[in-house]
Amino acid sequence: MTQVVLQVENLSKHFGGFTALRNVELHVSAGERVGLIGPNGSGKTTMINCISGALFNDEGTVTFEGRDITRLPPHQRAILGIARSFQIPKPFRSMTVLENLRVPLEYAAHSRTQRRRINDDAMEVLELIGFKDRANENSAGLTQVDMRKLELARALAAKPRLLVSDEAMAGLSSSEVDEILEILFALNGRGVAVIMIEHIMRAVMRFSERVLVLDAGQKIAEGTPKEIVHNPDVERAYLGE
Amino acid sequence: MSADLLANAVVAGILLGGFYAAVAIGLAIIFGQLDIVNIAHPAFIIVGAYTAYFFNSRFGIDPVLVGVLAAPIFFLVGAGIYRIYYAAFERTGQESLSGLAFFFGVMFIIEVVLILVYGVDYRLVSGRYTGGTLSIGFVDFPLRMLVPFVVAIALTAGIYLYLSRTFMGRAIQAVAQDRLALQLMGANPISVKQWAFGLGIATAAIAGSLLIIIGPVEPSVGRLYIGRAFAIVVLGGMGSIPGMFIAALILGVVESLVTTFGGPSWAPAVAFGLLLATLAFRPSGLFGR
Amino acid sequence: MKISAFWVVVVAIFVGGLIFTQVATNEYYFTALYVILQATIMAVAWNILGGFTGYVNFGSAAFFAVGAYTSIALNKAFGLPLPLLIAGSAIVCGLIGLGVGYLTLRLKGVYFAIATLAMAIVFETLINNWSFVGGARGAYILTPETHLWFDSYIQMVFMVMLLLTLAAVAISRRLNSSRLGRGLAAIRDDEVAAECAGVPTLRLKLISTTLMGALMGVAGAPYPFFVTFVDPISAFNLFIAVNAIAMPMIGGTAHWIGPVIGALLVGTTQEIITVNVSSELNVLLVGIMLVLFITLAPQGIVGLWQKYWARRKS
Repeated sequence: MTQVVLQVENLSKHFGGFTALRNVELHVSAGERVGLIGPNGSGKTTMINCISGALFNDEGTVTFEGRDITRLPPHQRAILGIARSFQIPKPFRSMTVLENLRVPLEYAAHSRTQRRRINDDAMEVLELIGFKDRANENSAGLTQVDMRKLELARALAAKPRLLVSDEAMAGLSSSEVDEILEILFALNGRGVAVIMIEHIMRAVMRFSERVLVLDAGQKIAEGTPKEIVHNPDVERAYLGE
Repeated sequence: MSADLLANAVVAGILLGGFYAAVAIGLAIIFGQLDIVNIAHPAFIIVGAYTAYFFNSRFGIDPVLVGVLAAPIFFLVGAGIYRIYYAAFERTGQESLSGLAFFFGVMFIIEVVLILVYGVDYRLVSGRYTGGTLSIGFVDFPLRMLVPFVVAIALTAGIYLYLSRTFMGRAIQAVAQDRLALQLMGANPISVKQWAFGLGIATAAIAGSLLIIIGPVEPSVGRLYIGRAFAIVVLGGMGSIPGMFIAALILGVVESLVTTFGGPSWAPAVAFGLLLATLAFRPSGLFGR
Repeated sequence: MKISAFWVVVVAIFVGGLIFTQVATNEYYFTALYVILQATIMAVAWNILGGFTGYVNFGSAAFFAVGAYTSIALNKAFGLPLPLLIAGSAIVCGLIGLGVGYLTLRLKGVYFAIATLAMAIVFETLINNWSFVGGARGAYILTPETHLWFDSYIQMVFMVMLLLTLAAVAISRRLNSSRLGRGLAAIRDDEVAAECAGVPTLRLKLISTTLMGALMGVAGAPYPFFVTFVDPISAFNLFIAVNAIAMPMIGGTAHWIGPVIGALLVGTTQEIITVNVSSELNVLLVGIMLVLFITLAPQGIVGLWQKYWARRKS
């Protein structure tokens, strides 16, 4: 019986008079790969922000590994083991690639890391994304796809048990998408549960064990990728009536 | 507390507030619409004041007229400064903080150059209305406050209509909110911002001429207005001209009351206190977007 | 090895200072050096919040003035000796820094900078109205009798300032390469990403403002004894405030040595110009240098140096 790492219940979020999310339920089991899709404006980003702590939901609860984290600030959630990557990469521009990884190792993963092993742990992560020889490169000069990889590397360096990946493949070429997908699979192979938000359907279908569909702030479907693809409600949400 | 003391304080506050609107309107465009922290705006107003002084004392020209005539030149200066700002900061994405320090330096340079040229003595203008007072009942309307008040209203209304009715005006409002839509409309965002910045500095020419009508001016006077201008724009709500005007009136009245009943040495803290309070409790201001 | 080199230099400078006090006869040197040392501490202090953490602020020089006035108040109330006055100013200004930080650090970038300016004016207005320390009329401070084994009071206060400067620089250097310093750098580079990487951003920012406030206060504590007359206009002087920002920005904000270079370079130039030309020109110079460096060399002198070396390598 696999334990549930993330449990979101009855989550609602309003912005003034506008309801971005309404009574959304979401759960993720340990090591699971979950896809989160939906048309633009369906509330996916708001959802991740509520999970990572960038926003606080108005109603409902967010529970992580049995602990109620609904009111915890983002850095504490990171320390507990939730990592997120950003749609538009946010590297620490004044730092090298390696130094970028030191920050999550020294902070989010502080209790899970030994000081003298920090450099080794960082190099391990760099190897995973294929950056073994690029540790001292300045992070500001990276290409788009490399920055996306660094984003994921930084999330992995936090030694999380749940990673929320926000459109890590948007705007990339087909082969670049495959590179990112490989990294996500490798990450998952280490036992990290992943929530993938994506618009690139072939990636979502290949990667996810289970897919959730949001539309206008509500969950309209949930199931295996095959089930979702043939779901008429999902079709309607994307294509209109 | 006598009724006529209170009434006069409130009236003086309203007149003052109107003038403050003229001070803040340039910043309402530059900071409120474009998000450029032009902390040097009051320094440009002082330059406007000295410009009015120069032409008034040399040729006897009416200060407000000087302000209006100088406005186009200030417009060009503003456009030029934006070009530099854009090249150095916006293009590289360094904006806010380095840009802020840039304008800080500019403000400083302006103040010192004025000191070198004019010294630290107070300068004032003399005109037909600098001395008189209009009295209605027990309430006094000093002309040196009333004329700026009227001009300020005209200026505010003019800018408001310009921003809401003309193509360029609406482009200015759009450029902060939706660059892409603006480009699709065929307008170049950089040109629009340049135009807007120039417009903001142009208002400084007029505001400066009003300032020197209200009272004597010396180079460091500008610093007193930094807090007031920002407090007004933030309190009014970024991007709202009517909000800015109301905020200006509020500031004017509160300052006037504090000065009348608490003493002038507390006046500088009013604007900043109001600013801090707004930032702490309602950062979007009264009518913010 | 690198660490020891730093401490060797520190000790050498300190000893050099001592020797200088025994050798030099013209008191002017000590006055000029005091001003430069004071500027260095302020530049280093500003840089902790402005450079390391990336929270550019325009009100930090107010802590210098508050430090000076704390010194005046404590001296008047309790007649404490200079070391305790310095400690007192450090504590008071550190706490005020913490409080102000708590109020303003929730604001982002630009709004934060404006709020700090607002706060500085509020402090100036408060002190202007506080008659215990002289209010707007200012306060006269009598030079104490004791100057230990030095020839004069100015020499002693110079050595005190030298010691304080070296300590401030050492603290800044230690911070730059510590876990705390890396956390601050992450906040500077991208606060949201830092938060998601587990950095407790609010806590670190508060530590930063507290440290900045305390060091600024330390710079200000001996000031009343140096000038013997203090009033709000001179203590909250815009020139001091601009220097506190311009020096680190010109020197380079990311590295601990930037503010030191900036302060030494700009401070020395200013002394030379003030003596030989005029003080207004001085002030104009700082403004122009600030604008030039910000537009053309935003990483400061340290940045230019690093670029030069990078180009040489390739």
